[in-house]
Amino acid sequence: MINTLLIIFIIVLFYVSIANRIITYVRVLALQGFILFTVTFLQLKDIQTWNLILIMLETIVFKAVAVPFFLSYLIKRNKISRETEPYLPHFISLIIITLIVVVTVLLANSIKDTHLDKIFFIVSLSTLFTGLYFIATRKKIITHVMGYLMMENGVFVLSLAVGNEMPNLVNLGIMLDVFASVLILGIFLNKIGDVFKAVDIDQLSNLKDY
Amino acid sequence: MTGIYLISAFVIAVLLFIIRKTVLNNILIISFGILQVSFTLYACYYYKSSTLEYFTFDSMGLLLLMTLSIITLPALFHSYLYIERHDETPQSRSIYFSAIVVLITSITATYLANHIAVVWIFAEMTTLSASMLIYHHRNKLALEGTWKYVFICAISITFVFIGILFLSLALQHAGSDDLSFANLMANKDRLNPFWLRLAFLFIFTGFTVKLGLVPMYAAGVDAKDKAPAPAGALLSSVLMNMGFVGIFRIYAVVAQTSLFHWANIIIFIAAVLSIFVAAVYMTKVMNIKRMFAYSSIEHMGIAMLGLAAGGIGCYAAILHIILHAFVKSSLFFQFNQLYRTFQSKSIQYAGNYIKYNPVGAVVLLIGFISAAAMPPTGLFVSEFLIFRSLFEGKYIILLILVLFLLTIVIWAFGKNIMKILFLPVKGFDETKVPKINPWESLTQYLLLFTAIWLGLNPPNIFVHMIQDAVLILPK
Repeated sequence: MINTLLIIFIIVLFYVSIANRIITYVRVLALQGFILFTVTFLQLKDIQTWNLILIMLETIVFKAVAVPFFLSYLIKRNKISRETEPYLPHFISLIIITLIVVVTVLLANSIKDTHLDKIFFIVSLSTLFTGLYFIATRKKIITHVMGYLMMENGVFVLSLAVGNEMPNLVNLGIMLDVFASVLILGIFLNKIGDVFKAVDIDQLSNLKDY
Repeated sequence: MTGIYLISAFVIAVLLFIIRKTVLNNILIISFGILQVSFTLYACYYYKSSTLEYFTFDSMGLLLLMTLSIITLPALFHSYLYIERHDETPQSRSIYFSAIVVLITSITATYLANHIAVVWIFAEMTTLSASMLIYHHRNKLALEGTWKYVFICAISITFVFIGILFLSLALQHAGSDDLSFANLMANKDRLNPFWLRLAFLFIFTGFTVKLGLVPMYAAGVDAKDKAPAPAGALLSSVLMNMGFVGIFRIYAVVAQTSLFHWANIIIFIAAVLSIFVAAVYMTKVMNIKRMFAYSSIEHMGIAMLGLAAGGIGCYAAILHIILHAFVKSSLFFQFNQLYRTFQSKSIQYAGNYIKYNPVGAVVLLIGFISAAAMPPTGLFVSEFLIFRSLFEGKYIILLILVLFLLTIVIWAFGKNIMKILFLPVKGFDETKVPKINPWESLTQYLLLFTAIWLGLNPPNIFVHMIQDAVLILPK
């Protein structure tokens, strides 16, 4: 069951790489939140109940509902156009993300480790690098933020892999989530929407050396 | 006492944020200064003991904590002057000071933490408070700088977190789950090299945003440019030292394993690229604050070279970051007086400074001589030792390359500073230059002379502490 869910997690990455509308990204983030919620429930068997409840609440409330909802609110409020506006065509995106996944699979096969379920490692690293790729190749600030949120979901998957032995690390991951959501989304994306009318990174190039 | 310190510092921060009366604010700021100094004295008294389970007053932490406290007092003083002069609203004043208090407290906690997760948490808090300081002016450019800083710091902090996860995987092979540095050291032979390699790579990359090395250096430069100069002084000195501590502690573990040489190569690459980047930007930069920021990048690159070269270089690296913190913060404090004279950040519109404010101009001159590491300044000693360690380690080609890049940096830095000091600007209206009180430069002189004194004639206790701090590295 966990494997199926995590494989869906990876397939979604391919889907996102060819998505043309921003709202698809939001939906994918919500879907990832739900998958993480279920994986948390299935994976973390050895930790205290209240801690498990905390983690599951965070995944369902923050990752699956609040953040996607807030993102779509921001898109409406700032009248952000529906295109994702990548710098590279979708076909190349698809190839690059496939390459990322293949490389992580090869890397995972080179380790001989009985402690770790390799699929967690693969899903986590490929999501991390896919997020970085989105940040590097998309034009809008809001897609940068979505790429970052995707990276965080990837890191969260890896923290679940060690969650049974070190539940505190999962809690740290939650702290990171809350920190990023509050700071990046709450304060600055709101503010940037007010100050810069069209939210393109082209407008953020005024800090220069002269 | 550590608990009392942390709680009362955060209480002071909250009170500063809520209360907006001038008198009460000033009392709170002074009480924070007293608190910081008394905590440092307490830490010196209980040297080498642990408190609250997660904090240890070891040599490395204590040395940097003393540096921090010495810089804190002038930083608070210059912040006070800065806020007074700029007709700030009570709101922006209280947010500014509250952020400064949180920043200094979390840097203190990071220096002393003996557990990598605690280091991580407080590093996150420095991002939060630093972003408040960068956003102080609340205009478009400040927002741009803040956004870049917050976003890149968030990515870096995620990198550090994933590094910690890999570290925990490495540690599971040793059958342990305690991520404190002491436990990592104790289990150094049983750590899985594959996971440790990934962990070091990610943690190193993550902390470079604070340390100001390639690949994440860019956000820090914008931050130091947009933050008010007294806050920029903190960002450019003690916050960079915080990145150094984060890398140093994990490097000390990696250095005990078979990955020692590999880690050194990673550090060499990042350090040389940083010096290269600094050299390239220094030749073109026209913004005085950004020039100082690039010079910081260069110095951090040199310090990391010393760390990776080993031998006397490790000693010199720590000496270098401490002296650099004093020098660079005094230059940033001086910047405000310079700005008041010329009303511009650009080197183009600044000139003949020695005529308008001779006392401040001498600070700029001594600061430049120190930052260029010419004899007889303190940084000359540490830089010379680093080059000696590179020479002894048979890194001759690297040494030649670095010396060549440093020549470019010094030439560009010197050209700009000499222009500011001695060349008159055409069409500059001298009647508008305000009279600057020479006593404001006193703190800057004290910082600069501390750097010279510590470099040329270090007290025995200081030398012993640095030697003790590098004892955990292999010979």
